[in-house]
Amino acid sequence: MKSLRQKLGRESVAGVLFTLPFTVGFLLFMIVPMGISLYYSFCDYNILSPPVFTGMKNFITMFKDATFFKALRVTFFFAFVSVPLKLVFALIVAMLLLENSRMSGFYRAAYYLPSIIGGSVAVSILWKRMFAMDGVINKLLGAIGIQTSFSWLGSTKTAIWVLILLVVWQFGSSMLIFLSSLKQVPQSLYEAAEVDGASGPAKFFRITLPLLTPTIFFNLVMQTINGFLAFTQCYIITQGKPMDSTLLYTVYMYQQSFEFHNTGYGAALAWMMLAVIGLITLFLFATKKFWVYDGGL
Amino acid sequence: MREKRMVKKVIYHIIVFLIGIIMIYPLIWMVMSSFKEKSTIFTTAGSLIPEKFIFDNYVTGWKGFAKVSFATFFQNSLFIAVVATVGTVASSALVAYGFARFKFKGRNILFAAMLLSMMLPAQVLMIPQYLWYQKLGWVGSYIPLTVPYFFAIQGFFVYLISNFIEGIPAELDEAAKIDGCSYMGIFSRIMLPLIKPALVTACIFSFMWRWDDFLSALLYVSKSSMYPVSLALKLFCDPGSSSDYGAMFAMATLSIMPSVLIFLFFQKYLVEGISTSGLKG
Repeated sequence: MKSLRQKLGRESVAGVLFTLPFTVGFLLFMIVPMGISLYYSFCDYNILSPPVFTGMKNFITMFKDATFFKALRVTFFFAFVSVPLKLVFALIVAMLLLENSRMSGFYRAAYYLPSIIGGSVAVSILWKRMFAMDGVINKLLGAIGIQTSFSWLGSTKTAIWVLILLVVWQFGSSMLIFLSSLKQVPQSLYEAAEVDGASGPAKFFRITLPLLTPTIFFNLVMQTINGFLAFTQCYIITQGKPMDSTLLYTVYMYQQSFEFHNTGYGAALAWMMLAVIGLITLFLFATKKFWVYDGGL
Repeated sequence: MREKRMVKKVIYHIIVFLIGIIMIYPLIWMVMSSFKEKSTIFTTAGSLIPEKFIFDNYVTGWKGFAKVSFATFFQNSLFIAVVATVGTVASSALVAYGFARFKFKGRNILFAAMLLSMMLPAQVLMIPQYLWYQKLGWVGSYIPLTVPYFFAIQGFFVYLISNFIEGIPAELDEAAKIDGCSYMGIFSRIMLPLIKPALVTACIFSFMWRWDDFLSALLYVSKSSMYPVSLALKLFCDPGSSSDYGAMFAMATLSIMPSVLIFLFFQKYLVEGISTSGLKG
């Protein structure tokens, strides 16, 4: 019989023990809840009374639910407009900040601060007040001669753009990732290109951009997933109004589960969202071989 | 030639400076508005500097609502954020050490599970976890906001720390092992001091995320005396409960102060965390 102490000292046992918190946590806080919700997604369930198994009913309801499709459309639009805009801004600003000067520190801080606090309730409240009829946006427009009391959040055309703008405003962390990749581009490449007489744009499109494609890809995947998950901003600023034109998927899911008490349906919506995000991620990975340069940074 | 370079430089600074001002203008506007007289906030929304600085908004805002003051809300937020952060960083460090330094049966499956947990977002888990915690009777308490974090469920931190450990030469552990040090001893006496930078980065991110967390508070906390700042702020601003925008901006300003201070003092760690592992800000 080996003593307990000797057993614990074996590498294979020690590894299992050190990773034990994760094993337990993963089972207890991810696998079990996902299993329960998978079952409930096939049930009529409203938390208060016991679940009744109804088979595929929730998923069939979903395909007849116009609001579900509306939320899906709004979310796709929101993610696929805001993410590219955000990345373009992040890249442009990262290029600008590559230049070292005494002000670099201040600039980087100013550009980065919004993405540190952008997800907070405080900023969402601020955003809502800024775009109100008597908010600072209309006041500033008035100051440059455009008198208006337009309700940015009241129009189905502009409300979603207020949310998109809030996302784009938080380009700071993508910018930092670009900045650290840009710094690794070998200067010798640019020098060689200059010897060959390449212009500024040519250097950017032939050297910088191809080398950056892996970084762009990484940012694109992460930000797109985040875009699909945006909740706080929408929940606080618009609640999906007006006329569901800003109804993001997560907010619809929340409403169904906790406001309309269709928890079974909400569970089905959660699984559908996981499937949609999975498919989009797979799709992005499938496009990788067409535009991402293997030798890049 | 020299003049041309100067002009270019000046134009560069003007552009970058202006964009920078536009970027932080909303925040400056909020802070400045919180010092304005509440009746003048929107009539003078176009001008930044208050006619006279007053602190009334902070005094009225601090009183809170439903007989609970913001002092309580801040205490609640601080408690939740600190406990969850200690839990997640301590457990992530242990697990990261296990992944980085040991070969054992099932390691690869477990590692894949960790990557999966990184990809599985909180919003997808929102309803499943709610149903589970409801069964466990945890709804209405702080347990869902703190206890799960003691089980290294944030794959990002495990990943960040184990990357860091892999950069440390294994000879250090080997030497200590030959000297008769147990694995726990190696972890606490050799690893912990060496991975301090990664731990600081993880602490900073965890604290800021938990401080800002709104969704889980919305789901699990129902008593107003237990509200964290994020939830209190939201209800404080709901139409009907108050339309005192001065007080609202004052409390909103205070609520972002911890993150702003962390940002000012620990910028280096934030920048490193984001550029090396893609943690989102």
